[in-house]
Amino acid sequence: MASALRLAARRSFAPRHAFTRSIQTTADSASLTSQVPSDASQPFTVSLHEDSFKSYRCDTPSLDVEVTKEQLIDMYKQMTTMRRMEMAADALYKAKLIRGFCHLAIGQEAVSVGMESAITPEDKVITAYRCHPFAVLRGGTVKGVIAELLGRQAGMSKGKGGSMHIFTPSFFGGNGIVGAQVPVGAGIAFAQKYLDKKTATFALYGDGASNQGQVFEAFNMAKLWDLPCVFVCENNKYGMGTSAQRSSANTEYFKRGDLIPGIQVNGMDIIASHQAVKYARKWAIENNGPLLLEFVTYRYGGHSMSDPGTTYRTREEIQRMRSTQDPIKGLQTYIEEWGVASEADLKAIDKQVKAEVDAAVEEAKASPEPEAKDLWTDIYYPGTGPASMRGREREEVHHY
Amino acid sequence: MPSLSAPQILRALASRNLASRSILLHSRRYTEAAIEPPPAGGHSPTIAHSPILRTTRDSALKTPGIVWGSDADHEDGDKTGRDTRKMNMYQAVRDAMSTALANDESAVVFGEDVAFGGVFRCSMGLSEEFGRERVFNTPLTEQGIVGFGIGLASMGHTAIAEIQFSDYIYPAFDQIVNEAAKFRYRSGGNFNVGGLTIRTPSMTVGHGGLYHSQSPEGFFMGAAGLKIVVPRSPIQAKGLLLSSIQDRNPVIFLEPKILYRSSVEQVPTSSYTIPLSKAEILTPGTDLTVLSYGTPLYTARTAMSYLAEPPASIEHLVPKPLRSAKIELIDLRTIMPWDVKTVVESVNKTGRLVVVHEAGKIGGVGSEIASTVTEKCFLKLQAPVKRVTGWDTPVALAYEKFYTPDAIRILDAMVETLTY
Repeated sequence: MASALRLAARRSFAPRHAFTRSIQTTADSASLTSQVPSDASQPFTVSLHEDSFKSYRCDTPSLDVEVTKEQLIDMYKQMTTMRRMEMAADALYKAKLIRGFCHLAIGQEAVSVGMESAITPEDKVITAYRCHPFAVLRGGTVKGVIAELLGRQAGMSKGKGGSMHIFTPSFFGGNGIVGAQVPVGAGIAFAQKYLDKKTATFALYGDGASNQGQVFEAFNMAKLWDLPCVFVCENNKYGMGTSAQRSSANTEYFKRGDLIPGIQVNGMDIIASHQAVKYARKWAIENNGPLLLEFVTYRYGGHSMSDPGTTYRTREEIQRMRSTQDPIKGLQTYIEEWGVASEADLKAIDKQVKAEVDAAVEEAKASPEPEAKDLWTDIYYPGTGPASMRGREREEVHHY
Repeated sequence: MPSLSAPQILRALASRNLASRSILLHSRRYTEAAIEPPPAGGHSPTIAHSPILRTTRDSALKTPGIVWGSDADHEDGDKTGRDTRKMNMYQAVRDAMSTALANDESAVVFGEDVAFGGVFRCSMGLSEEFGRERVFNTPLTEQGIVGFGIGLASMGHTAIAEIQFSDYIYPAFDQIVNEAAKFRYRSGGNFNVGGLTIRTPSMTVGHGGLYHSQSPEGFFMGAAGLKIVVPRSPIQAKGLLLSSIQDRNPVIFLEPKILYRSSVEQVPTSSYTIPLSKAEILTPGTDLTVLSYGTPLYTARTAMSYLAEPPASIEHLVPKPLRSAKIELIDLRTIMPWDVKTVVESVNKTGRLVVVHEAGKIGGVGSEIASTVTEKCFLKLQAPVKRVTGWDTPVALAYEKFYTPDAIRILDAMVETLTY
C-alpha cells in the first residue's frame, strides 16, 4: 500500500510534456532564394526554415537572411577551430596535463560563432563556465586559452584563473558560479546606457542557471531601467545531469522574462543564430530594453570532464544529434550545396585549422608555469594590500 | 621592599582579587538597585560627550593622518584655514558621497530607497542634487544589487552600493566573496572591480533584534581581495568612506548605525581622506592595549574611566593599584587588511591585549587578531589575549543590551587581564 502511494505521488510529479509545435533544430534546413554571386563579399539571400524562431511579446526575426560567401567561410573556419580547440583540451585533460575543472562546448559552436558574427567589438559579452570559444572569438587566442587551462604564464589570465576564468577587453569572462554572471551583465549594460553608447551586453547562462534567483533579479532590474541587455539562455537541454523537463516547470526559457520579450532560436543552425543575434542587438541599441534569447542547442560531451554524459541520456540520443543536427556539418552542407566552396576547399580549411590548433597547443605547453611570486600578485591593487602574506610553508612569507 | 614594576605589582595583587572580579557583574546589579534608580541617560558618559569625539574646529583639523584632497576650486580650502561644520555621522556619510559624486562623473549611488534618502538619511537630497540617473533606487534585490555593482565597476565606473542593513548582506555573499573579491586575481589582473564600495549599516542599536543588529564583518575576513572598513565617528566616516571609494579594491564599509545620530563632530567641509589599513591610537598607554572598532570604542572609553575612577557602587571591586594603569585604546578602523604593525607594536609594549567587538566570539575578528598577536608577541605577552564580544547566540530582541559588550564587561576583562 505504502509503495503504491509512493508510486502515485511520483506519477503526479512526472514531467508534463508540451504538445505545442516545437522549434526544429536541424542545422541545414535553410534554402537558397537568390543567385550566389561570384564576388565573395557580395550579399545573397537565403531563407530559413519557418520553425527556426518562436517569439514572445515581439515579432520573430525575418526568415530571409543576407549572407556573403566570405562570411560563411569565416564561420566555417571559426566553428572548426572552436571544435578542434575543445577536442585538444579534452585530450590534454585526459593526458592529465589540464587539471581541475573543464567544461567543453562541443556541439554548441553555432551559438558562440553565430553571436560573434552579428556583434561588434564594442559590444560586451559575459558568460558562465563554458567559455572557451567566446574567449577566443572576442579577441583572445587558442594558445592563450589552452595555456590558461594548462595553468601556464602564456594563459590569458597568466595561468591564475583556469578554465572558467578567461577575459578580454570586450569579454567579461567565464564565471564559475552558476547564474552569478547575469546580474553582473545587467551592471555592464547599465554602464553602456550611462555612457549613451549604441552598444549592447550579451549575458549568457544555461538552462540550469535559469532557475537561480539572481537571474530573475537581473531580469527585473534590466526591464525596470530598460537596459541594453540581451539575456541569452544556451539551452543544451541538460543542467549538469538533469534534463530541462525535470528541472524547470517552464522549459520555454524565452518566455520566462515576464514583461521582457523573448525569441527562441534554432541554435544548431548558424544562420538562424546569426540572424537572431543581429535582431537582438538591433533591439537593444534601439532602446527597446532587454530581450531574452534562447538558443536550443546540444552538448555532445558531458557537463564537465568528470561526467561521461551518458547516465542521464541515451547514447542513441547523442549519436542522433551528432549525425543529423551537427552545426558544422549543417554549414558544410550549405556551403557545398550552394556552391560557395567545394568539399576540397573545406578539407583544406580543416587541415589548416588542425595545424594551427596543434601549433597553439605546443606553444602553450612550452610556456612555463607561473612563478611562485605570482601567487601574491593581483589580490589587491599594488601597494594597498596587507604588508605581508603567508606562503606555502611556515618560513615562506611574502613581504610587499 | 625592593621596587616592583607596575606589572609585578599587578601580578602580586592578582590572587587577592580573583574573588572580587568574579562577582563584579552580580554585585553591581544589587548595589544599584539598593540605592536609587539610575538617571535617564544612565551613569555612563554618553556617546555624545565622549572624549573620543572632536567637537571643535581646531581639534577636527588636527585629526591624525588626515590627507587633504585637491580643492583648488574649493572656496574654503585656502592655506589660512578650512571650514568645519557640525555634523552627525549620517550627514558626514552624505557629505562624502556628495564629494565623490561631484568629483567623479562615473560615480553612481544606488540601493533600496536611497533616492529619497535611505532609511538612515545618508543619501538625503543627493538625487535632487546629482540627478536620478546617478542616485537611484533599486528593487529589494541584494544579490542583484551587488552583482549589478560588480558589472558596473568592471566597466571602470565608481559604484557606491548600499545594502540597507548589513543583516541583508547574506543573499549577496556569493557575489561579494566569489565575484567581487576574486575578480582581479582570477582574470590575472585584466579586470577588477576597484570602483565598488558597498556601504551598509551595522552593529546593534539597542532594539534591532535578530535581523537589524548583526555585525557580519568576520564572515568576510577570509575573502582575500576584499577590504572591510568600520568608522567610529563623523570625521572618520567621511575620510574613510572617501578612501574606500577611491581605493582600487572592492570595499565593504560598515557603518555602526547607532552612531549615525549619536556621534556629532565638527567635520571639515573640504575633501579629505583618511588612509585605510591604518589603526589609530586614541589614547596612548603602557599597561594594557584595548583594541576595538566602531561603537564599542565608546564603551571601552567608558570602561577606562570606570577603571581610573570607579563609581561608588563598584569602587570596592577595582583594585586601587589598577586605577593608575595606562590603557592604550586603539581603533582598528580597517578590519581587512588590518594594521598588524600598530597592534603588535602596542602589545609588545603593554604585554596585554583585550579585543572588543559586537559580533560573536567564535570565528570573529577577535579570534584572528588574538592568534596573530599570539604568534608575533608570544614572549612579550603577560596574559592571554582576552576577547569581549557579543555572545555566540543570535542577537536577541529582548536582551540586546545584554548581548552587546557593555562597560562593565569590558572593565571586568581589563581587571582580569591586568591582574592575570
